[in-house]
Amino acid sequence: MSLKIKLSGALLAAAMSATALSGAFAAEDTIKIGVLHSLSGTMAISETTLKDAVLMLVEEQNKKGGVLGKKLEAVVVDPASDWPLFAEKARDLIAKDKVSAVFGCWTSSSRKSVLPVFEELNSILFYPVQYEGEESSRNIFYTGAAPNQQAIPAVDYLLEEEGVKRFVLEGTDYVYPRTTNKILEAYLISKGIPKEDILINYTPFGFSDWQTEVAKIKEFGSAGKKAAVVSTVNGDANVPFYKELGNQGIKATDIPVVAFSVGEEELAGLDTKPLVGHLAAWNYFQSVEADANAEFIKTWHAYTKNDKRVTNDPMEATFIGFNAWVKAVEAAGTTETDKVLDSLIGVSVPNLSGGYSTVMPNHHITKPVLIGEIQEDGQFSIVKQTAQVVGDEWSDFLPDSKDLISDWRAPMSCGNFNVAAGKCGGKGK
Amino acid sequence: MITQFLLKGADRRITIMLAVLLALAVLVPASNLLLSPENPLHVPTYAMSLFGKYLCYALLALALDLVWGYCGILSLGHGAFFALGGYAMGMYLMRQIGPRGVYGDPILPDFMVFLNWKELPWFWHGFDMFWFAMLMVLLVPGLLAFVFGWFAFRSRVNGVYLSIITQAMTYALLLAFFRNDMGFGGNNGLTDFKDILGFSVQADGTRAALFAATAFFLALCLLIASAIVSSKFGKVLVGVRDAESRVRFLGYRVEHVKLFTFVVSAMMAGIAGALFVPQVGIINPGEFAPGNSIEVVIWTAVGGRGTLIGPIIGAVAVAFGKSMFTSAFPEVWLFALGGLFVAVTLFLPKGIVGTISGYVSARKAIKASKDAEAGVDVDKPIQPAE
Amino acid sequence: MLKLLFKTWFLCLALAFGGQAFAQTASSDLFNQLGKANFADAEKIVVELAKSGDTKIVPALEALGAGDLYLRKEDGKVFVAKGSGATLTLTDPASGEAAGEAPKGALTKIKVNNTLRRAINSALGGLTLMSPDKATRLSAAQAVIKSPSGEMLALLETALAAESDAGVRKVMEEARAVSLMSSDRPLEDKKTAIQTIREIGGRDAIGILRAALPAADASLKPDIEKAITGIEDSLKLWDMGQNVVYGLSLGSVLLLAAIGLAITFGVMGVINMAHGEMVMIGAYSTFIVQDVIRTHAPGLFDWSLAIALPVAFVITGAVGFAIERGVIRFLYGRPLETLLATWGISLILQQTVRSIFGPTNREVGNPSWMSGSFQLGGLAITSNRLWIIAFSMAVFLALLVLLKRSSFGLMMRAVTQNRRMASSMGIRTPWVDAFTFALGSGIAGLAGVALSQIDNVSPNLGQSYIIDSFMVVVFGGVGNLWGTLVGALSLGILNKFLEPYVGAVLGKILVLVLIILFIQKRPRGLFALKGRAVES
Repeated sequence: MSLKIKLSGALLAAAMSATALSGAFAAEDTIKIGVLHSLSGTMAISETTLKDAVLMLVEEQNKKGGVLGKKLEAVVVDPASDWPLFAEKARDLIAKDKVSAVFGCWTSSSRKSVLPVFEELNSILFYPVQYEGEESSRNIFYTGAAPNQQAIPAVDYLLEEEGVKRFVLEGTDYVYPRTTNKILEAYLISKGIPKEDILINYTPFGFSDWQTEVAKIKEFGSAGKKAAVVSTVNGDANVPFYKELGNQGIKATDIPVVAFSVGEEELAGLDTKPLVGHLAAWNYFQSVEADANAEFIKTWHAYTKNDKRVTNDPMEATFIGFNAWVKAVEAAGTTETDKVLDSLIGVSVPNLSGGYSTVMPNHHITKPVLIGEIQEDGQFSIVKQTAQVVGDEWSDFLPDSKDLISDWRAPMSCGNFNVAAGKCGGKGK
Repeated sequence: MITQFLLKGADRRITIMLAVLLALAVLVPASNLLLSPENPLHVPTYAMSLFGKYLCYALLALALDLVWGYCGILSLGHGAFFALGGYAMGMYLMRQIGPRGVYGDPILPDFMVFLNWKELPWFWHGFDMFWFAMLMVLLVPGLLAFVFGWFAFRSRVNGVYLSIITQAMTYALLLAFFRNDMGFGGNNGLTDFKDILGFSVQADGTRAALFAATAFFLALCLLIASAIVSSKFGKVLVGVRDAESRVRFLGYRVEHVKLFTFVVSAMMAGIAGALFVPQVGIINPGEFAPGNSIEVVIWTAVGGRGTLIGPIIGAVAVAFGKSMFTSAFPEVWLFALGGLFVAVTLFLPKGIVGTISGYVSARKAIKASKDAEAGVDVDKPIQPAE
Repeated sequence: MLKLLFKTWFLCLALAFGGQAFAQTASSDLFNQLGKANFADAEKIVVELAKSGDTKIVPALEALGAGDLYLRKEDGKVFVAKGSGATLTLTDPASGEAAGEAPKGALTKIKVNNTLRRAINSALGGLTLMSPDKATRLSAAQAVIKSPSGEMLALLETALAAESDAGVRKVMEEARAVSLMSSDRPLEDKKTAIQTIREIGGRDAIGILRAALPAADASLKPDIEKAITGIEDSLKLWDMGQNVVYGLSLGSVLLLAAIGLAITFGVMGVINMAHGEMVMIGAYSTFIVQDVIRTHAPGLFDWSLAIALPVAFVITGAVGFAIERGVIRFLYGRPLETLLATWGISLILQQTVRSIFGPTNREVGNPSWMSGSFQLGGLAITSNRLWIIAFSMAVFLALLVLLKRSSFGLMMRAVTQNRRMASSMGIRTPWVDAFTFALGSGIAGLAGVALSQIDNVSPNLGQSYIIDSFMVVVFGGVGNLWGTLVGALSLGILNKFLEPYVGAVLGKILVLVLIILFIQKRPRGLFALKGRAVES
């Protein structure tokens, strides 16, 4: 009897002290950064690459002598595609491992889950994925695209170059497609597309039987007007979606599909021959012709020891975020969060499409928008490139956020300043 | 009288576990709040929150043990009750945000504002009141369990069939809560909470209080569970588990026995969910995932089914192991976790607690399992752990 | 008007300067202009090129569409460049003559986009209508249907007059009708054209008619509208059939995924949570087979699936065998604990695959005979789905025969029905168990080969099928193969009939709720095993 009680008590005690103490031995001669990407579960498919990218950037930086004369040390954890676990791991990284900044998250849910943690413990998160906007946190830098840096230019391309008159907005049922489609619907209506020429449809996560949906698209496309699909379908469901498109014989010349979540990495799992001509909008493609890009690809292939590994847009966003952080820390001369937050705004670093990306006061960055067509080799042929676009966190096309701006510089220091009311704190009533 | 009833069930093991839990409820918050961070006995806030989370899991595992270990109902959908309790609490916390959301809408939560909802859906009303939300924490899972159980037990659905339809239930709820049109925040769920009963959820004091509350509720539920299983009703319960038909022929209404236990268990799971949400800071449909419910079964099995304290130890141990492994070996932790499950089922068939308490009668157990191997019977009723 | 003038002028010039030679320099110039043109200009150039009617430029236009047309940087001349490696072989686009070689770095690819690709297709359509090859003429006519223009009409009529093949003639007639709608021909001709289009039927025909509607003469409008509603009415009927086809196809996918489970779970009583991972390993086996074929024997690619089937069966069967011998045999008599152990195994298998192949999707190609679709009346049937339906039925029948007609099947049934009796009759029950589990796993591997054709090949593949598989087996009735068949097909069809009305998400939720309710009505599934036991 008493044996098991002792055991259970000892187990609890041991558990508690192990968590409490393991943080105490952090070496002082390195600067730690956290890597918070899922390495298992449903999101591992996308996020593992970004973990590798951060590790590569750390290694490269250390070859150049590190930051502030100290070596960088990456602390990798696995939040396992489990959103509460993201919050727990973020807390671990900041409070226990005392990291100076964290690179991580992919889905909006994971970001929403860690946001309060970063604000509470005052640390910095670099979020490298395109997202729906409608958020601005003092502690988060959004280096992926806001809707105006991806969705709107893509639709412009369809309207202008492809002469599209009818739109299917096809998405997975979660916040990013919902918000993006809301913005796009408002935008299309403002461009004179009547409401009956816009079809919005949602499917669940990991949807794999696309027969009915694709047939519906085909039907919608047979109204005598040029039709296109704007796809915010999430990662896993894309492969069966494209396979069904190919099988039902929908070619890009008939009904082009422009996707916001399909990049080189997703295409690597697909036979792209039937997909030639379908489009994607990103801020970076591996096929960009720029010296910085050639260099980056070379380093990546050397690091992964695999010259077939592709690069993609979230990797570029990670690259920009990482370099911006390094530059800001060097300018501030310290890794103290408040000072780095201040010096990050205005930092300008080279991006991989041959220009410079600047961190704006709204914690978003400037970058060009590229439209690419899928090629047989799984790469994209860039058919359009815009000038630099500033990420717009509060969309101008949503009634509740059009008056909001975000500016994290003193003295305003506000994430939801209402221009109409002249005060911080949302739209009010 | 009630106290008497409750205390009657507590044997020595349970009493000691109760003492440990109550000690934790006092000592851990005290150490966090009173001792300086340099003190070696100081428990940092993140560790306290983490253990608070484990204790919520422990409560959930305890709830499952009540139906599985004592009543033979293997629910693969207990995560659903946990999540529903969590959502009820989450809705209260959302309403408490008030005009502090990013859009500053005094009534509507942020996710409703940007989906252009104009007014609060009917089922969100009342959640601004704490008592109402707490009532719902108990009622919603309880009611679901009642309706589900009423149908299932009356039709004598049992064994594997019951397990699979509980899985179907949680899976259907997962899909439903993923839908943004449901009005529960879709995939993102409910998050960015500000305060509970007027106290900031991020303050150390609130976290300490939440931890203490979790430990206290775990102790209370343990007491209730032990009272139930050691009462006369508990004997019937075990009878139902071991030989349902015989109990029926003796004149007991088996479906009522099962239904009562199922509903009590679901309510306990709901409480666990409600305590989980403010400590973790998010509730989303992921909690309904069938895999989560299977994990609960695993905690219970690892700790020892049908022992009440086993599941508590199992949940804490496995959840702690998962936290450790995901940080220490992010690339290979699944091997460790998977290996653990296989090893436990092979070498500790009665779980940690079951194995230790059955140490004396170990030989007997080996003989029994040999007999069992010789005579595999697929649809044999679930054998108790002890 | 201006266009007409230009055309006449062009024609005159061409005639005056003796055709061929001039046309060649003209098209050569045009090709060179492509090098610097933007997409809009390039489109105009392609239209110009098409007008030359010179069939010699067909390969060059095809090369442009395929991305094989390059600009030589040093002199701004455009060539068709082909070959692999650092040096490409150049061909003059206008004459088709060889023009030496050039290193890749000295050339820039001329980009195409969809608009340009459409222009190229329609140009090629016009140019190849008179081709001696039947298949080329057919695809030319189809290209004209896709991008009709009144200017094609004359060409089409010439081609029609010379056409002897009935099949091609029919498509050309249709192409003529479609082109006629956008020409300035008399109304009477257009009326007949509307009838021809109506006979084509299908969504494409509706699209053509709808496109013609706004610009059509007022007297034609009622005809067009009538034709549209006529097609729509017949489509409505076919839609029901189409839903059945979709449902059958989804049902056969469910059947494939579940049938292995019907053995390991249904017959043996092992709650096999690692079943999905067996499907995944089967899919990865297909990937490995295709990878080997790609590097060593590309010619065999169309046979890759046939080769992958036995490979996947053996690999997953072996894994299943190992799992049974290593873990599950210790757990007989404790069925619910197999749930825990197999869940652990599934985590290990997932991570193993992730470590070996990486977390990202792997590419599994469709052999040519599984790509594309065909029309059967008003039904659009995709080949890969049809093959999967056929394959799932074949697997089902083979399994049925194995269980009912072979001595192994007899032993298997004996062991599951009365283990001790079977054992005393001299059956080595442990080996029967092991091979039964291996058989169930092997069948899951076969399912993996089929599913690799329509789904992601990633470490998560199995997870997405495991719940559905359990639902199918339980719905159909544990331990009954026919139940699994009927369960899978009815769930598939039900799902596909619900989907158009309530959407994909709600449809799935409804199906789950219906399963829960159904189990209340029949607590042992659709086809319950009959027995006398009060307590099963």
